[in-house]
Amino acid sequence: MNALSIRNLRKTYNNGFEALKGIDLDVAEGDFFALLGPNGAGKSTAIGIISSLVNSTRGQVSIFGHDINTERSKAKCCLGVVPQEVNFNQFDTVKSIVFNQAGYYGIPRKRAIERTEICLKQMDLWEKRDTVSRRLSGGMKRRVMIARAMVHEPKLLILDEPTAGVDIEIRRSMWKMMQALNDNGTTIILTTHYLEEAESLCRNIAIIDQGNIVENTDMAALLARLHVDHFVLDLAEPLLTIPSIEGYQLESITDKVLNVTVPKVIGLNALFNELSRLNIRVSSLKNKSNRLEQLFMDLIDSSSEGNR
Amino acid sequence: MNVLIPLRTIIVKEIVRFVRIWPQTLLPPAITTSLYFLIFGKLIGSRLGVIEGASYMDYIVPGIILMSVISHSYANVVSSFYSTKFQRNIEELLVAPVPNWVILAGYISGGVIRGLLVGIVVTLISLFFTEIAVQNIFITLSIALLTAILFALAGFINAILAESFDDISIIPNFVLTPLSYLGGVFYSVGMLPDIWQTISKANPILYMVNTFRFGLIGVTDVNIEFAYLITSGFIVIAVFFSLLMLHKGIGIKN
Repeated sequence: MNALSIRNLRKTYNNGFEALKGIDLDVAEGDFFALLGPNGAGKSTAIGIISSLVNSTRGQVSIFGHDINTERSKAKCCLGVVPQEVNFNQFDTVKSIVFNQAGYYGIPRKRAIERTEICLKQMDLWEKRDTVSRRLSGGMKRRVMIARAMVHEPKLLILDEPTAGVDIEIRRSMWKMMQALNDNGTTIILTTHYLEEAESLCRNIAIIDQGNIVENTDMAALLARLHVDHFVLDLAEPLLTIPSIEGYQLESITDKVLNVTVPKVIGLNALFNELSRLNIRVSSLKNKSNRLEQLFMDLIDSSSEGNR
Repeated sequence: MNVLIPLRTIIVKEIVRFVRIWPQTLLPPAITTSLYFLIFGKLIGSRLGVIEGASYMDYIVPGIILMSVISHSYANVVSSFYSTKFQRNIEELLVAPVPNWVILAGYISGGVIRGLLVGIVVTLISLFFTEIAVQNIFITLSIALLTAILFALAGFINAILAESFDDISIIPNFVLTPLSYLGGVFYSVGMLPDIWQTISKANPILYMVNTFRFGLIGVTDVNIEFAYLITSGFIVIAVFFSLLMLHKGIGIKN
């Protein structure tokens, strides 16, 4: 069964702006799915409709087989949403935010207390349970929203840019947490502007632009379309002049760090043979994580050209 | 799903909210009404004669109690629901399977509880200035409850339609306060010239104040049955209008 199924979803706002132009999308149960797109592409509108915050103009949305219009209550019980911006009462304590949300889902008091504790401990917020939420850091506020979204044990969790504006350490801990939720069977739909985040976490991807789905495939197939890879070489000694090696594009980042563009058909062996011949010693090599970014830009550019 | 759980959650949240900020919600009416009783009831009232067989102090006590119920049941819902909208935590309710009538009933209950609680505080203060021998407890309590429900609903509608904090003060300043003062709180409409008596009878607050006064001290300027009819009628219209707006998502959804 699909966790999410969208058919011919359209949204035209009162000012005439057509945010969604009839999108179709399926997300399989258990998937970790990336929904990407530039600002204003229609991602937030789609998420708003799925989560009953925006009225659609036309089309159908079902969550685990429950239509959001005809079986609204069942559909809502399957869904948890972590919005882009903080939307809880900043004068409430962390515990009351999560506990009250359990109440809105009809969870009895005793079970709500247990679930609140479980979710806050999962998000590493139990020590902060009695803190008034406005006193929390940005990363903690986002974790409160995740705990709140998880309190009724939804089978589908939508995370709308959950790591926007948080530091690298918190971002990585949130990646681990999202991965753990997915490993435990929760279907996750993630929107993000950090493309390496989508690349490393998600198995399937849809790209939305100007109200249309311009790509919907699995991550591996999408990345396989790249003809080149980018690597960063750390050199043992400083390099005075950048060598010219046929088939490869080399550029200097510092005198001891090189950025190399490698066509997939050639591979790396010839590069290392030539570097050895030139007596250039490489101490380490790492893949540059911008593969999805390049594809993303190509897709958005071609979508824009198609609309011109 | 047991809808009583989300209903109880909203009501408890509302009570916790206004109790937490009691210096802004419960203390001001105690001070304001003490001043009303002292200045209008004691100082000025002692120089006035009786109105329809009641001393001026006894005559104004019911009106001041009900005026407090009206303003606080209204203020609680308009400020709480508008803040919820403004801070976007209305989304917590909209994403959850909470029926619209539960959202409405939860917020209205919060407003009614605060309104009646303030009414009790004001009544207790009035006992320092006069003695109240309740004439009809059923009429007193039922009209206070219906009035609190009606003005909590009015606050809810105002909050849904408001687009800024300025909008939530327009109705209290330009509609509620004038209608309350012209609703026979401090005088009998029989004291007005004929034309003003006719105009006053278009003011719904006049009927509620007089019915409450009848329940407390047995004096009224209006027909009690008609007062119940128009209060209940306004409640039915306001409930229908509120549910319609929630269903359509007016003011809360895109």
